[in-house]
Amino acid sequence: MTFDSPAVTVAFTLNGRPARVVTQPLRRLTQVLREDLGLRGTKVGCDAGDCGACTVLLDGEPVCACMVHAGRLDGATVETVEGLARDGVPDALQSAFLRLGAAQCGICTPGMLMSASALLRRNARPTEAEVKDALGGVLCRCTGYSKIVQAVMAAGGALPEAARAEAGQAVGARLDRVDGLPKVLGTDLFGDDFPPADALTVRVVRSPHHHCAVKLGDVESWRRAHPGVEAVLTADDIPGRNCFGVIPPLADQPVFARTRCRFKGEAVAAIVGPAAVVEALDLSDFPVTWTEKPALLTPEAALAEGAEAVHPERPGNVLVRGLVRRGEPETALAADDVVTVSGTYSTGFIEHAYIEPEAGWARRIGDRLEIAACTQAPYMDRDDTAAIMGLAPEAVRILPTSVGGGFGSKLDLSVQPYLALAAWVTGKPARMAYTRPESMATTTKRHPARITATVVATRDGKLAGMTFHGTFNTGAYASWGPTVANRVPVHASGPYLHPAYECRSVAVHTHCAPAGAFRGFGVPQSAVAQETLFDELADAVGLDPLEFRLRNALTNGQPTVTGQVFAQGVGIRACFEALRPAWEKARAAADAFNAASDGRTRRGVGVAGMWYGCGNTSLPNPSTIRVGLKADGTLVLHQGAVDIGQGSNTVITQICADALGLPVERFTLVGADTDATPDAGKTSASRQTFVTGKAAFLAGRALRAAILQRLNARDDSRLDLDGTCLRAGDRELDLTTLEADANGFVLKAEETFDPPTAPLDENGQGEPYAAFGWGAHVAEVEVDTELGRVFVRKLTCAHDVGRAVNPTLIEGQVEGGSAQGLGLALMEEFIPGRTENLHDYLIPTVGDMPEVETILVEDPDAHGPYGAKGIGEQVLIPTAPAILNAIRHATGVLIRDLPATPDRVRAAIKGRG
Amino acid sequence: MAEYLRARTVDEALEALARKPFRILAGGTDVYPAAVGGPIRDPILDISGLSALRGITREADGYWRIGALTTWTDVLRADLPPWFDGLKLAAREVGGVQIQTAGTVAGNVCNASPAADGVVPLMAMDAAVEVSGADGTRVEPLDAFITGPRRTTRQPGELVTALLIPDAGAPGVSDFLKLGARHYLVISIAMVAVVLHRAPESRRIVRAGVAVGSCSPVARRLRGLEAVLCEADAGAPLEDLAQENHFAPLSPIDDVRATAGYRREAARTLVRRALSTCREALA
Repeated sequence: MTFDSPAVTVAFTLNGRPARVVTQPLRRLTQVLREDLGLRGTKVGCDAGDCGACTVLLDGEPVCACMVHAGRLDGATVETVEGLARDGVPDALQSAFLRLGAAQCGICTPGMLMSASALLRRNARPTEAEVKDALGGVLCRCTGYSKIVQAVMAAGGALPEAARAEAGQAVGARLDRVDGLPKVLGTDLFGDDFPPADALTVRVVRSPHHHCAVKLGDVESWRRAHPGVEAVLTADDIPGRNCFGVIPPLADQPVFARTRCRFKGEAVAAIVGPAAVVEALDLSDFPVTWTEKPALLTPEAALAEGAEAVHPERPGNVLVRGLVRRGEPETALAADDVVTVSGTYSTGFIEHAYIEPEAGWARRIGDRLEIAACTQAPYMDRDDTAAIMGLAPEAVRILPTSVGGGFGSKLDLSVQPYLALAAWVTGKPARMAYTRPESMATTTKRHPARITATVVATRDGKLAGMTFHGTFNTGAYASWGPTVANRVPVHASGPYLHPAYECRSVAVHTHCAPAGAFRGFGVPQSAVAQETLFDELADAVGLDPLEFRLRNALTNGQPTVTGQVFAQGVGIRACFEALRPAWEKARAAADAFNAASDGRTRRGVGVAGMWYGCGNTSLPNPSTIRVGLKADGTLVLHQGAVDIGQGSNTVITQICADALGLPVERFTLVGADTDATPDAGKTSASRQTFVTGKAAFLAGRALRAAILQRLNARDDSRLDLDGTCLRAGDRELDLTTLEADANGFVLKAEETFDPPTAPLDENGQGEPYAAFGWGAHVAEVEVDTELGRVFVRKLTCAHDVGRAVNPTLIEGQVEGGSAQGLGLALMEEFIPGRTENLHDYLIPTVGDMPEVETILVEDPDAHGPYGAKGIGEQVLIPTAPAILNAIRHATGVLIRDLPATPDRVRAAIKGRG
Repeated sequence: MAEYLRARTVDEALEALARKPFRILAGGTDVYPAAVGGPIRDPILDISGLSALRGITREADGYWRIGALTTWTDVLRADLPPWFDGLKLAAREVGGVQIQTAGTVAGNVCNASPAADGVVPLMAMDAAVEVSGADGTRVEPLDAFITGPRRTTRQPGELVTALLIPDAGAPGVSDFLKLGARHYLVISIAMVAVVLHRAPESRRIVRAGVAVGSCSPVARRLRGLEAVLCEADAGAPLEDLAQENHFAPLSPIDDVRATAGYRREAARTLVRRALSTCREALA
């Protein structure tokens, strides 16, 4: 029996070996493993048992290590992901995860592997239901779970061989993810996985109110009263400008609020010191006075007459408005011989809920700063952080870590300014990882939308006119609000021919967390309204919903709502056609089921289409790729397109490999280190395969041309790299004979691609994108009509990707994106101050995801590399409206206020009468 | 630094509790989620090593004893009669496998969440709580032990040592239904448990337990319905016996998961379904 014991010694068996640690008895096992023993394969996603990322086996049983205290470890057996492989060779389960694409970002992979291992030891050939029960406690936000379940079921059998691609045949091959091995071994390094050993910990002091006046007291006295605290950082410590934002002219967010906090969770100060000191602090005596003020939490409140301005320089609380107008929609809507439908819709804040909370570390080296953190936008981080620090951009080095999911939110700064300032002021390395509540309360969200739309069609089912008005809650700061407001009018038409169209959007400031980028930038919300209205319109004109869409789908040569005419690459019709067999079969089956049903359970099938522009909207959007050979024969690809799990490391390499004519396995990748690698832009807007991929294609081809010229070889020569000997056809060259440049390259190419766009005029007419991705989903649902509970039975997803560079990775995007679409439709809603954890904010689990069948359509795009188009955001957009249309088919009710939770569905069914 | 004490015996734990109001740590699945982003400041009594408190046994006096440290996985793996099936169904719904492995039956009871999955079937089974203290042991019916959200009659000097379930001495069946907005890892909107025992030689129902969770500050038994069921023939459509007035004990609220009105209706739907399932199993 021990009282007041500061530490205990526990001896246990860890991965088959004896381990002994002296530690705090109440320390979480996650901390013991990660911080005391340096085993960082076990991930921390929530510290609350909600996500399962930290699953380890305790005495053979899966537990969340975040809830196991060190004091109970004595004599126990602990197994972690590090114990699965033997000498770096993955076990059968890990191999299956790698081969079948079950690891995307990889942050949930250790938890999935350990949960599945426990099952497989008990049951080597589990059924799908048994696998789902075993994995039900681990959340994944990337994969949609399908490939994980498949991998667990495949682990006991013979795996397919790894795909191999000869030179020139990588594009189209299902190659293993080039960065996949560390993800399944648990050795991949995410934001919180490799801090310098002596790093101080940073903890931020945040507003407890949605809106308040703030006054800091004597922080220096407070610091002195708390031994060990090395610094308390406030706005006064910022050497540059106390302001940041992803769109520089609209940057408005302070690193530390000085006098007023505009959302719950806004930072006012940061405390820096050793982890043991900082984590133990009770901040109730921190010298700050909060004076709560009335908060504007909805656009309705913020737009009301006399509402206080969230930013005095933006009276009326309007951040930005968007408009696309074509033809005369007023005339079309007033015509006599048309059929009209209209509706008002609402969606809530959606949280990205990546399983890796924001994390990183920084250090000062002389007058430079190095920041290693999870990010989607290294160069933007560099420039904005440099401005905050009053440094030249080149004085800041961003070292992107592996990213445990991003989906748009890691485009914005989070931990970087605090880390930079802490390292700069103290001169010591500094680290921090957001807690789950901190991540959820303070980082950007999908914009809540309130949409009113009207669509008219002729009696024979041709679209005649559409009006759309969307109000978006952009929260306290600008973030990507303007992008949402501009993208929505371009896309709210859907991929259809509209003779008359007007879409207006407005982004409105409130005292909520900033709304920013989330997979689709407002288009998933607008598609909910447009695609469900189309079903009502199809009914009204007596057409099958798929037939109605086919009758109106854009084709090559027809103008979009911005007047853009594509001569090629408009693949929406092919997507709808590809779905026709699944659609007809599922509709007939649902009708037969319902005819035999007593009404308690009803089935329905819905369809929805989508288009989505690849890259920035009418703005420059360049990516640069550098590839070269070193004298020792190393083929180096500077791959700056940050891989957040979607697979850019693999896809960009496949493209470059084929353009050059050497196999993928010859490449050595250098990541998006801003000191070393050219800017490949942000991982956003479904642009990396399309834009960076094209730059990689150009760079690969340029290097090939340089080689052929140097060797005086024919254009069609086959390249071969054998040690330092480079061959082209029958010519050869010893690379060691060449002079290396400053970076060690003896042969090198660097190419930039910026997709051609044209500005939009005052009516939104112009050429916003060089290419669109196209797609459509069919959703099959079952509705428990007495309880309003909706179960999705199957999703069939057709996407025109131009060229499927790696079909396995694209399926992973489709499965994962549709899981997020399912969440948007059925369960997800972030309420500031109320759902800042992963048990009140629900994302789909393995039990919610149905089979997802992906149909890849390849209508090549003239600009894209090998014809490829973007896919990352496209996959999410049609899912929610397809599900809502399926619910309507099943029950006759259309849910216009999302999410379609059981109580809302039930109320609608009762209201139907 | 929080005070920490790891008890090696129940007596040692009780001695400690007699001295000081420790917070009790067993499976950790409630203590740690409440400490996200900060240290645990309460003095902690760690009872996770008290193996004597783990396991399910049938006692000579006609009770089933579920030791306080029995985990939900232990419940799932135990060889138990069919009228425990509802409890096993609930065990599968307590978080994910990770929570079921660590979380204890007594912890679920003592945490006293209105949405505690385990409490509902335990109530329907007439479970009582064995509470030990310096002065001995007392036994209190579960529905009296939990007095409100996060409130029980456990005194600071006391430790829950077991759940006691009477054996009706008659064949029985049970069901448990949990309604949430997703599958796995979900806090329920509503849940119900039904336990029915019939006379050994006839279809007459001799004991009925019906409880509803997440629809009142503490899970409630529907005693009026239980009384009606006790008169019934197990072959009759039992689900039709559930009438509006039987649900009067419920007082659901609006929250992020559902509206009060929906909960009230859903509770009735779930009770009807569970009764229907039990009737079919009994027949």
